[in-house]
Amino acid sequence: MAFFLTLPLILLIALLVLYPAFYSMHLATLNKSMQKFVGFANFTFLFKRDTFWMVVRQSCIFAITAVFFKALLGFIVAHFVHNLPAKGQRKWRGMLLVPWVIPPAMSTLAWLWLFDPSYSAFNYTLSFFGVGPVPWLGDTFWARFSVILVNVWYGAPFFMIMYLAALKSVPDQLYEAAAIDGANWWQRIWYVTLPMMRNIIAITTLFSLIVTFANFDIVRILTSGGPLDSTHIFATWAFQVGIQSSDIPLGACVSLFMVPILAVAAIFILRDVSKRGNEA
Amino acid sequence: MAEVALRKVVKRYDDVEAVRGIDLDIADHEFIVLVGPSGCGKSTTLRMIAGLEDISDGDIMIGGDVVNDVPPKDRDIAMVFQNYALYPHMTVAENMSFGLRLKHYPKAEIKARVTEAARLLDITDLIDRKPKQLSGGQRQRVAMGRAIVRNPKVFLFDEPLSNLDAKLRVQMRIEIKKVHQKVRTTTVYVTHDQVEAMTLADRVVVMNKGRIEQIGTPNELYHKPATRFVAGFIGSPAMNFIPCRLEDVGGTLQIRLTDRLAFPLPPARAARYNALPRTEKLLLGLRPEHLTESHAHLEPGVETFDTVLDVTEPMGMETLVYFGLEGTPVCGRVNPNAGAKDGGPMRLAMDLNNMHLLNEETGVVL
Repeated sequence: MAFFLTLPLILLIALLVLYPAFYSMHLATLNKSMQKFVGFANFTFLFKRDTFWMVVRQSCIFAITAVFFKALLGFIVAHFVHNLPAKGQRKWRGMLLVPWVIPPAMSTLAWLWLFDPSYSAFNYTLSFFGVGPVPWLGDTFWARFSVILVNVWYGAPFFMIMYLAALKSVPDQLYEAAAIDGANWWQRIWYVTLPMMRNIIAITTLFSLIVTFANFDIVRILTSGGPLDSTHIFATWAFQVGIQSSDIPLGACVSLFMVPILAVAAIFILRDVSKRGNEA
Repeated sequence: MAEVALRKVVKRYDDVEAVRGIDLDIADHEFIVLVGPSGCGKSTTLRMIAGLEDISDGDIMIGGDVVNDVPPKDRDIAMVFQNYALYPHMTVAENMSFGLRLKHYPKAEIKARVTEAARLLDITDLIDRKPKQLSGGQRQRVAMGRAIVRNPKVFLFDEPLSNLDAKLRVQMRIEIKKVHQKVRTTTVYVTHDQVEAMTLADRVVVMNKGRIEQIGTPNELYHKPATRFVAGFIGSPAMNFIPCRLEDVGGTLQIRLTDRLAFPLPPARAARYNALPRTEKLLLGLRPEHLTESHAHLEPGVETFDTVLDVTEPMGMETLVYFGLEGTPVCGRVNPNAGAKDGGPMRLAMDLNNMHLLNEETGVVL
């Protein structure tokens, strides 16, 4: 009986998750024209290509750096907002969420203009200080910097709002007890705030890591992977290989590579969460 | 260990004065209880001593030094909170040693102090548990342990027993008293429960509406209340207040309660109240235990009268009887074998030797 009651959900998951997953695994074992089974040939082909390893590296750099700064920025801003007087807090919370609410495809277009080498607001402003023009999207380093910057700008509000909720759930008396115990501001954060927020930090980081790792739109719009494929991450490269270059099996193969990497991260972080879940 | 002094301490929140100029001297080793109804400013006063609230005016001194602008961590105080405020991610031992670890005490000394405090509070077995695995009473002990290991100048307790059930509260009350007898640290204890205040305190500070109503030993407050508020707040069931006036009848001073009920005052009382104007509106303050069943051999100053009881409450060792005197509800305490019945008649004795006389308008005990 219980099985039948859960059947709709099971069917839904099978249809929307399992079928595409297995279908992409199936695709990954075909040749370019999707006529012949080639086994792991697509994978071995990928392993031999420098671009693939560059994409692996860039995906990791992109995801880890972006998530780190999103978390850091979110944490700092959450503290500021938390300490605002309750009256104006809603207003600030709402405004700070704006980057997260605008569809990234649109907001990234605005950033694309900001990064324009000749006419952009950034380079125009920098010119007053005698700096630049900076080739924001034309240089390997700056292009990588720019895609991460935009991703941080887009994702930090999510961290901010999660951390703010976590901060609000820490009882004030714990801080008062810590203040009396002799903890200074920094020790209060280290010994009270962070341990109390541990689970939220772990879950938010994992969630964001997955989403950031699988990011597509920001890189696609800003650089399309360039210059010289240096900003490609898994999703954009899979798109280029699979759709634009019409090798769907190879594209499926690239995107499948995300699964083991993310699975490992998920296991580690969730294990920690369940271990500590019964404390608070 | 140190004395604590408050000099004209004021706390203002925007347009509200929560504490309106408090003067209080607490001696070394003394156990002081601040008691009063909610919103009387007692917790605010405690939090100002702790440094968790800024003071708007006046001075607070700990050990002779003005600490107005000293942050809590440098005041050398320890505080026990109502909801314990234990760090949920730390074990009992870590909770207790947190303050010492922050001050970089040697490991051996930390261990020795924690072990000693745990022994004192009988929580040695719990030392490796997390707060979540403890009962309310055990958490309360850990919170006290955290205060004791620091060996501070002053202990501050903010309604520490309010979250415990009635039985445990009585038990922990005794526990707190025992601990104080052993460590002798100057203690300021806030509660709204007058029984807690009476049982624990060397001196009780009764607060009302941001001011101190009276400071005194538990017995002083009970037997010589200064105001109607203190008289009514201390003691359970509360003191009766019966409207009355004084009159002279044939050279003796009488107290008239109702048209039909008037008693001559005992000589000592008569001498004390003789100067009062006879027209003044007064209240007779009489504790329920001074309204008992009548019996054959009454002492001088004890007057009898007949009444009809409204309600009786058998408490086992005594029976509380409620009746009305011209609309004023009055409570008495009689022997359970005195035959008090709901709605039944009863002859009661009023012990005027223990009466109080209050000015109805000002509430001052005369």
